[in-house]
Amino acid sequence: MIAAEGLGTLSSLATETRPGSDKTLTDGSRVAVVGAGPAGSMFSYFLLNMADTIALDLQVDLYEPRSFCYRGPAGCNHCGGVVSESLVQRLATEGIALPDGVVQRGLESYTLHMDVGDVEIATPLQEQRIAAIYRGNGPRNSEPLDTQSFDGYLQHLASERGANLVRRLVTDVSNEGDHMRVDCADGFSDEYDLVALASGINSRLEGDIEEHGSQFIKPDRTKAFICEFKLGRKVIRETLGPSMHVFLLDIPRLEFAALIPKGDYATLALLGDNIDENLMDQFFSSPEVRKCFPGGEIPVHVCHCYPRMNIRGAKPPYADRMVMIGDCGTTRLFKDGIGAAYRASKAAARTAVFHGISAEDFEAHYWPMCQKLEADNRYGKLLFGVASLVQRARFARRGILRMTLKEQLQSGKARRMSGVFWDLFSGSAPYRDVFLRTLHPGHIMNLVWNLIAGNVGRDAKSKDEVVPAGEKRHDIH
Amino acid sequence: MANLGKQYKDGEIIVHQGEMGDCMYVIQQGEVEVLAVTNGRELHLRTLGPNDFFGEMALFEEETRTATIRSKGPSRILTIDKKSFLGGIHEDPSLAFRVVKTMSHRIRDLTDRLAGYEDNN
Repeated sequence: MIAAEGLGTLSSLATETRPGSDKTLTDGSRVAVVGAGPAGSMFSYFLLNMADTIALDLQVDLYEPRSFCYRGPAGCNHCGGVVSESLVQRLATEGIALPDGVVQRGLESYTLHMDVGDVEIATPLQEQRIAAIYRGNGPRNSEPLDTQSFDGYLQHLASERGANLVRRLVTDVSNEGDHMRVDCADGFSDEYDLVALASGINSRLEGDIEEHGSQFIKPDRTKAFICEFKLGRKVIRETLGPSMHVFLLDIPRLEFAALIPKGDYATLALLGDNIDENLMDQFFSSPEVRKCFPGGEIPVHVCHCYPRMNIRGAKPPYADRMVMIGDCGTTRLFKDGIGAAYRASKAAARTAVFHGISAEDFEAHYWPMCQKLEADNRYGKLLFGVASLVQRARFARRGILRMTLKEQLQSGKARRMSGVFWDLFSGSAPYRDVFLRTLHPGHIMNLVWNLIAGNVGRDAKSKDEVVPAGEKRHDIH
Repeated sequence: MANLGKQYKDGEIIVHQGEMGDCMYVIQQGEVEVLAVTNGRELHLRTLGPNDFFGEMALFEEETRTATIRSKGPSRILTIDKKSFLGGIHEDPSLAFRVVKTMSHRIRDLTDRLAGYEDNN
């Protein structure tokens, strides 16, 4: 404890600077964090970091029954596994450099596949700033690799910072007035001053809390599909390269599809409105997808899952002595869920340390961040709606492809369409920024010109050619 | 193994003293030398290693780079955009803690070295 003459201790000073809250964390306060995914681990890490800056002594228990050192579903958090450009930069600024073992591949471009052609959109700096990662320790039955789980790494950071890892499954969280109670599946029970719920979207815990009759409404969800293909490093280098492959195909209910290279494997993520077998059959039989695989044949996947996704946040994601972060609170629509978990975990930690832990404190200092994310998601819905229209209009796809391709070939000129796609695919910029950029007069005029130039004199029903796997196609046909 | 950032060879210049800059850099792997060139003489200021950053002054002021940064052995460097950094600070001021703390250490170090220089003269 640091004492300053005439001011008392720094921790008492911290308490004094939090007027208005009747519930605050003080020296010796106990915090339970339920779930050690990115949101839970980052909350623990930042909470202890911030508490340290004002000499506040907290005890943090991080509950997580799984070990992220297992391969396959036992150690996985069911996610496409991409850390956005903006999050890589923010983490680096925080002093968190993702180790080489965690980063399965640094991505330096996106390749957009459409029935009218492909285009590779390169990062403006020719630098690898997007990380392809495994949330667990690799696909089911994968050989021992020199890989490290992203979630395991963040958990390690939290532990190193002083969080106590508790290997128990939390089955209930209840408010008992002046404290919270956490009950576990093995009968263990403990009391805390604050509970941060970071149990993800696939846990039953939120449903139980909703059924308890509180005002809490759990997030709306949809089903995604994720699978892993074992292709080998050589094949991946020759076919996919350091590029994330994104598909804009005319398949109903499919919002976004991406093939992400990672070491010996490639992860396929399909997002949309309740992905089912019929949709997957249509996706895998499309020539644009088949040509990404050797010989145009889709190999058998080694691991797959149907994780649920948060498409509308919990309301309210807080209560007295409780805050919900990550997917069980509010997240970004379809993209950059890990980046949203980072922002939520910091906002929640900042509120708890510098303001208080009552519902009013979280409403005043945490809820605005969630509302901002929700408001931005509305722009996201609009953008993905436009993308769906483009998926159905061949003439639009031709114009967009032509415009993007020309931008990629001309250096020094404004790359408006490429920038829109880059930020939409990478999740690096808020959807609102991306949407506003599409309204720029220069962007609209250029698009109109390319729609005309890309379609005049062409047979709209011309048969597409199939390009063999690995052969990059930068043309319009 | 996969990695992030851009690779630089031994002796390769990452930042030139006197040029305008609009980004800072974080070292992912390897070391870099910070050099000031005055009257044609190269003055070694310090060596930076993994997780250290440089070029941060360009984010706060519209001035030219004050030093040359040269890769010492092979290195891998991640660029942090001015817009991304300042946008982040606007949303979350605590993001600047580490940068401010490091800048403070560097001012203290330079003050100590200047005092030592004055003593020796």
